[in-house]
Amino acid sequence: MQPKSPLLLLLLLSLQLFICFAFAQSTTGSAEGYTIYGRVKIPSNLGTKDYIIPGKVSNVKVILNGGQRVTFLRPDGYFSFHNVPAGTHLIEVAALGYFFSPVRVDVSARNPGKIQAALTESRRGLTEFVLEPLKEEQYYEIREPFSIMSIVKSPMGLMVGFMLIVVFLMPKLMENMDPEEMRRAQEEMRNQGVPSLASMLPGAARSN
Amino acid sequence: MAIRVFLIVLLFLSFTNLTYSLYEDQVGLMDWHQKYIGKVKHAVFHTQKTGRKRVLVSTEENVVASLDLRHGEIFWRHVLGTNDVIDGLDIALGKYVITLSSDGSILRAWNLPDGQMVWESSLPGSKASKSILHIPKNLKADKDDLILVYGKGSLNAVSGVDGEVLWKKDFAGESIEVSHIIQSSDVIYVAGFADSSKISVYGLNAKNGELLENNHAALPFGTFGELLAVSGDMFVVLDEMRSKIVIVHLKNGEISYNQKHISDLTKDLAGQPVILPSRLPGMFALNTNSYVLLIKVTNQGELVLVDKVNNGAAVSDSLSISEDEHAFAFVHYGDNKIHLSVKNVNDWNHDLLKESIVIDHQRGKIDKIFVNNYVRTDRSHGFRALMVMEDHSLLLVQQGEIVWSREDGLASVVDVTTSELPVQKEGVSVAKVEQNLFEWLKGHMLKLKGTLMIASPDDLAAIQALRLRSSEKSKMTRDHNGFRKLLIVLTRAGKVFALHTGDGRVVWSILLPSLRKSEACENPVGLHIYQWQVPHHHALDENPSVLVVGQCGPSLSTPAVLSFIDAYTGMELKSLSPAHTAAQVIPLPYTDSTEQRLHLIIDDKQHAYLYPRTPEAIDILKHEFSNVYWYSVDADNGVIRGHALKSNCIQEAVDEYCFDFRDLWSVVFPSESEKIIATMTRKSNEVVHTQAKVMTDYDVMYKYISKNLLFVANAAPKAAGEIGTVIPEEAWLVIYILDTVTGRILHRMTHHGCQGPVHAVFSENWVVYHYFNLRAHRYEMSVVEIYDQSRADNKDVWRFVLGKHNLTSPVSSYSRPEVIAKSQSYFFTHSVKAIEVTSTAKGITSKQLLIGTIGDQVLALDKRFLDPRRTVNPSQAEKEDGIIPLTDSLPIISQSYITHALKVEGLRGIVTVPAKLESTSLVFAYGVDLFFTQIAPSRTYDSLTEDFSYALLLLTIVALVAAIFVTWVLSERKDLQDKWR
Repeated sequence: MQPKSPLLLLLLLSLQLFICFAFAQSTTGSAEGYTIYGRVKIPSNLGTKDYIIPGKVSNVKVILNGGQRVTFLRPDGYFSFHNVPAGTHLIEVAALGYFFSPVRVDVSARNPGKIQAALTESRRGLTEFVLEPLKEEQYYEIREPFSIMSIVKSPMGLMVGFMLIVVFLMPKLMENMDPEEMRRAQEEMRNQGVPSLASMLPGAARSN
Repeated sequence: MAIRVFLIVLLFLSFTNLTYSLYEDQVGLMDWHQKYIGKVKHAVFHTQKTGRKRVLVSTEENVVASLDLRHGEIFWRHVLGTNDVIDGLDIALGKYVITLSSDGSILRAWNLPDGQMVWESSLPGSKASKSILHIPKNLKADKDDLILVYGKGSLNAVSGVDGEVLWKKDFAGESIEVSHIIQSSDVIYVAGFADSSKISVYGLNAKNGELLENNHAALPFGTFGELLAVSGDMFVVLDEMRSKIVIVHLKNGEISYNQKHISDLTKDLAGQPVILPSRLPGMFALNTNSYVLLIKVTNQGELVLVDKVNNGAAVSDSLSISEDEHAFAFVHYGDNKIHLSVKNVNDWNHDLLKESIVIDHQRGKIDKIFVNNYVRTDRSHGFRALMVMEDHSLLLVQQGEIVWSREDGLASVVDVTTSELPVQKEGVSVAKVEQNLFEWLKGHMLKLKGTLMIASPDDLAAIQALRLRSSEKSKMTRDHNGFRKLLIVLTRAGKVFALHTGDGRVVWSILLPSLRKSEACENPVGLHIYQWQVPHHHALDENPSVLVVGQCGPSLSTPAVLSFIDAYTGMELKSLSPAHTAAQVIPLPYTDSTEQRLHLIIDDKQHAYLYPRTPEAIDILKHEFSNVYWYSVDADNGVIRGHALKSNCIQEAVDEYCFDFRDLWSVVFPSESEKIIATMTRKSNEVVHTQAKVMTDYDVMYKYISKNLLFVANAAPKAAGEIGTVIPEEAWLVIYILDTVTGRILHRMTHHGCQGPVHAVFSENWVVYHYFNLRAHRYEMSVVEIYDQSRADNKDVWRFVLGKHNLTSPVSSYSRPEVIAKSQSYFFTHSVKAIEVTSTAKGITSKQLLIGTIGDQVLALDKRFLDPRRTVNPSQAEKEDGIIPLTDSLPIISQSYITHALKVEGLRGIVTVPAKLESTSLVFAYGVDLFFTQIAPSRTYDSLTEDFSYALLLLTIVALVAAIFVTWVLSERKDLQDKWR
């Protein structure tokens, strides 16, 4: 295609700049398809700039289109899928201990060799095809260190606490209470009676 | 009032946490994980260097692994993709393991010690062909990194250092079936057949792939099978009549041949001979039906019969033991033993090794054998043999003994069922629960120390050991909570295993005789396993049994094989090989007086056969004749049909157990716009506890609970393939919920721009399914809940009181109740391999979805996340009811992976079984690995947790008693003082 005017060319170029940055390193345009190259980087500590070699971490797998193809990482973290037809694909990284967002990869048929990638979880485009985990995954609950509060909160602790309240606080309360008031409270209780079960039933509640 | 409800709800919420979680020290208490590799296809030993001796294997489960030769443990293992079948395995440069996979188009190098992938190279090609991996062993030093790969119709020379393709020669245009790569110093010869009668040999320059010579020779007859190289320049092949052996001689590129009748070598020839693909220098093995002939080829091209071995022997490849000595092993059977012989190829009369081994006959015959040698202290040669058995297990034999064995048949589980364990009989003392009080107290004191964090590291180790080896969980009797069961699994090899849920050990195993190769049954495959007899009334003196259904071959038109197995002993009770096929097996909800379940087996000729074949079963079926309905799915034509029994078969031979059936209804989906990709029904044994759901406004919705519901997912024909092949405009997904008795469509919904694969699970009145949304380019999960509107009037309490309700009217598929469906969709991050739902004994406990993700983990997701009542801003009342605010995607909480930090490699299925304890569900996930655990979706509200501290309870009680006495004394004293005052 020959652009009609230099202006159009400029426009096209600038568009290319904007879109084409978000791309995976590509490709040898053969009749069968394209090659997607990418890299998985795992920071040694999320938030820092140090990276560990992904190959050493665990059995990392890179999966295309939900299991259609599976590949593994080279020692430097690079991976590749060969002979991928043009279209929109999905790449997932399975690594124990890390949460990776799946990546949407557009392999363009019109511009051979142009590949765009975007994280599907955050809808963020990738300027270079480097996949990093969104977070580390903790598979275990962490045992809380021993504290007095945990004993107090346990059923037994609550039992003891209640006992203490009854033993020490209740007499104090009773002492402070006015005998007149006490008699009134008792009377009130007698009048109220037992709460009826019927009032709790849904139908009855609705008809109320 | 509101406060009271609120408090109850709060209390309830505090008990039901949304995540399933586990502490790290609880690993292995309730769960077990077993790693397998599958049936070994290739094995290469790596024992030259000092240090770890290992064997590298590739398997039919697409696993490449390095095993410890001493113990059979896995050093490292990689599970390749399901389409990535391994064709070749070898070691290059002494440090890389090379695998060729995907029909010879992907070549990978793995680091030998740790299994890290070093390089990967893609070898494109256009033609499907045999793939050959050839690593030259004795090229000149500067070339020893060359790897020759033939695949997809072209020969590639790949550098072993970095995987770069050095040169490539395309044979796609030559119409030649390459079967051999021979390399001599600088020339690589590629030999193969064109049209089975023309031999072609190409000579290529090893440096650059340049074609040096090209020779053809036409044989006056066709050939059968493949060329086998017996030496560097000699090949053997059978002619097309399989009566003559053709010896092809290649000398400096010239082709000459001579032939010999097999009958000249051996008199009693029976059956069709086949040349075994074992590579032996100057020899080959010919398999006739009854014998294996070992034939030597002399340098002049003459054939000499050297040995005749009977009883289905297996022959290994040759192994070079010294400069020009080659040994090979073969095994044969005799008097219940396996005889292993290792012989020198050149010196036939002398045995290098002759051993007899007793191998459990449940392992069947030897499928493959690989040998390896070692030098003994007295400098003689010792041999070890790796045997792949008929049941896919792997054995290492050395010095006449089995050093280790691996049950790798368990890597290919086909179907799973469960069985209860025997009831604890009186008189048999299994009640050594706690050895004595002192031990028990000591254990609990240790635990208390653990909880109070005052335990020393030694104590901690003691606690952990105490918990892990709790003998309680692996006992062979039924327990009160129903945690101990037998998992009965059917594997692809036709072997049935019973695994104990407590520790995963194999209780018994049986290689089913009816699922072994025989004359009548060429390629038997096991299909399903069902509970056949579950004795409740006679649980003490009768054993439960299971039914295994298989068929003789991969196609549906091959006859069925039925086998009945005792679930406690693993004995085959009886086996049947009926003439009919088994297209569908329907366990009926009826049992006879011996508690055998009635099964209908539907064949492909529109007949239904009743099992067990007893008159009593017929009586029961006659009684329920009009109540038996089933459906069949014809995915190719897009039709779902409903069937009912009609009458006895009208055939020449009278068979009163055979019935004709009629089609009641059929739903035909438009083939131009819809294609069935998934169907799902409810589990027949599911228990539903609550019929109604109380909404937040005290409104009651009645669940539409019917056993006869079917979920169908149809995709647009264009979008029936994989992701990445269609654009959103061409894709849609239509889901239906059908009644399988009447064929009525209860609900239909279209998801535009969505495609499969669809994974669904149906439970109670809801279905949850997982699919791919092309517009958002994310996976989605949807929930559909069905409610019965015809009972909606029953809400008023006064109607109950006055008896004006229709709740006692039976739920019938003949009535056409008004139903409404509520639905909601959410994004889900991962691809899914399987979905299941927890099942509990009474169905009271809230449900969790168990999602097998693409990373081979199993995620437990609370059903409350998939609730159509979720809104963005739930009201206060809704929040109290436990409704979670709506989010666009489902949360993935890493603590709720029930497989925690483990992977169930190659996950294929998840099975849930209720325990007797209502809160707990047993989960078994299988793939290449096996994983089992217990989960409690709403926490264990009906039992104390495992880490409950009895000692703390005791201490508290003691403290309380002490406090009572102290306060009593104090109050006495106070009283006294008061009186003195």
